[in-house]
Amino acid sequence: MKHFRKIEGVRRTGILSIKELESSPGYPSLKALQKGPIVVIECVQDIPCNPCEMACPKGAITVGNPITQLPVFDADKCDGCGTCIPVCPGQAIFRVDATYTEDKATVSFPFEYLPMPKKGDVVEGVNRGGEIVCKAEVLRVQKPKKYDHTAIITVAVPKHLVMEMRSMKRLKPE
Amino acid sequence: MAAAIEAARAGANVTVIEENERPGGQLFKQIHKFFGSGVHQAGTRGVQIGLNLLNEAEQAGVEIRLDTVVYGIFSDKRLGLVCGDHTEELAASVIILATGANENALAFPGWTLPGVMGAGAAQTLINIHRVLPGHRVLMVGAGNVGLIVSYQLLQAGAEVIAIIEALPYIGGYGVHASKVRRAGVPILVSHTLLRAAGTKRVEKAVISQVDKKWEPVPGTQEALEIDTICLAVGLSPLSELAWMAGCQFSYLPSLGGWVPVHDENMQSTLSGLYVAGDLAGIEEASTAMEEGRLAGLAAAQVLGYLSPEEGKARKAAVRERLDSLRIGSFGEGRAIAKQKIMEARFEK
Amino acid sequence: MRVEDHPILGKAEKRNEVTLLVDGEAITALEGEPIAAALLAVGRSVFRYTAKRREPRGVFCALGRCTDCVMVVDGRPNVRTCVTPARDGLVIQTQFGRGEKNATPDSDSKKD
Repeated sequence: MKHFRKIEGVRRTGILSIKELESSPGYPSLKALQKGPIVVIECVQDIPCNPCEMACPKGAITVGNPITQLPVFDADKCDGCGTCIPVCPGQAIFRVDATYTEDKATVSFPFEYLPMPKKGDVVEGVNRGGEIVCKAEVLRVQKPKKYDHTAIITVAVPKHLVMEMRSMKRLKPE
Repeated sequence: MAAAIEAARAGANVTVIEENERPGGQLFKQIHKFFGSGVHQAGTRGVQIGLNLLNEAEQAGVEIRLDTVVYGIFSDKRLGLVCGDHTEELAASVIILATGANENALAFPGWTLPGVMGAGAAQTLINIHRVLPGHRVLMVGAGNVGLIVSYQLLQAGAEVIAIIEALPYIGGYGVHASKVRRAGVPILVSHTLLRAAGTKRVEKAVISQVDKKWEPVPGTQEALEIDTICLAVGLSPLSELAWMAGCQFSYLPSLGGWVPVHDENMQSTLSGLYVAGDLAGIEEASTAMEEGRLAGLAAAQVLGYLSPEEGKARKAAVRERLDSLRIGSFGEGRAIAKQKIMEARFEK
Repeated sequence: MRVEDHPILGKAEKRNEVTLLVDGEAITALEGEPIAAALLAVGRSVFRYTAKRREPRGVFCALGRCTDCVMVVDGRPNVRTCVTPARDGLVIQTQFGRGEKNATPDSDSKKD
């Protein structure tokens, strides 16, 4: 019978481990996080895919050829516009601003569920495993036609959770 | 559809025979954004790709016969068709089979209970017919179908109680798994479904961890309260017509089992009979469309609608795009398997 | 249950409603949708009972290949409800066994 070597990380749990994240070329450095809004690309598998590279207006993302290469993120070129967020078919791109206030950061994440939250709502922020980690105030909901039904929701979270909070608990329909 | 469009654009007289009331196959169920590159319409939802194909086919002058079943292929490439209560024969110069695949079933005590269905069946119900098959779903299988359909069930308003997978790892893309984990759906690898129970409908599923020998680990049983079980345990090519016509087959587990042997032009071992898409080996939507294009171009060339030079160049371009989809840890196994299919032609 | 609003598919299109008679009970369906979809929308799970053991069956493949969903439609047995469009006034009955005219839930199951 085939022997499986011990499999860790996203292949076993569906959740990216810190090791996988920090060693991926799409993950910004601590220094980059301090400069303002910046994008975080949580893409670690060699799937043939490059819409992020094609979408970035500043050329901050490089996939190259073959397109199985992981996106390489140039934090210096990124101004946090977030154009890449809705085009990623894997919903693996987020925007964070660790400089928002003294004690809060913002996290912008893709969201494709109903009901949609509204600006001002306080929602439950979840981590990569879907566990509630904080309350999060909705600062902005963007769902223009060009995003093709993928909304970007921006919330304010306690600063220490800026690299942990990645979505919100889905709301119950009225 | 891709095959029809290429052949028709080259000038061939093309008829598509479709057993459903609408063409487009599985594309209209795929409401998620596709991967790949720009040439593969990355970032576009499958539904839109399907609509684009229908438009292109109409513009290319493709004739589409709906609600029509091909019940047989006879000698000299004559097809037997049935539509409603009416049968007829259709003679073809070239036949391209793109009959797709069927979901595998998984038998376990209670599997016949209403509420137990294929994951693709659930996908058809929620994305095409807009009805929920149930409210509390157990998904069996963590390949891309299991992960994607779980996500789509959440979007349609159902709860996915858990995804179980017998292998010790998730077979589908990590990003698909991450989406459902963020939504709070547990993914339990090394788990199997022991039995389902219920009276008029499934109400309970008993799952258990499995060891390296696929045996249930004692003491790890868990009962889940669910009303729906979706089976995402693989697809098999729908190959009855190819068998009937006398094509040679080869057995490739990584491509879904028995696959009709074909060459680099997608031609089977029968001259003038081509195969494309999941029928020619279970892969994905992008490779299915490219194989269709390759078969359509090859057919057009053989019928004289494309010069050998133009045919060669255009087919080479499609093959390059196919190669670019069969790389990386998810694709290289398929590249090897497709190569084996072509080599099988020379086996006795 | 119907999915009236969907994050990707949007709101359900307005469609003509028709009436189906299912085991004597009138239900509303959308014209042209598969009969099976209309039945699932009103929460029905059982479409037929098997010939020998009278076990309940429902939708399995949803595309017309497995025949698990067959019912008696306008007196005709073995109709695949997942690929048969709903039309106004269709009379649909739970199929028992192979749908012989006189088959009822109380029929002797050995009399196939």
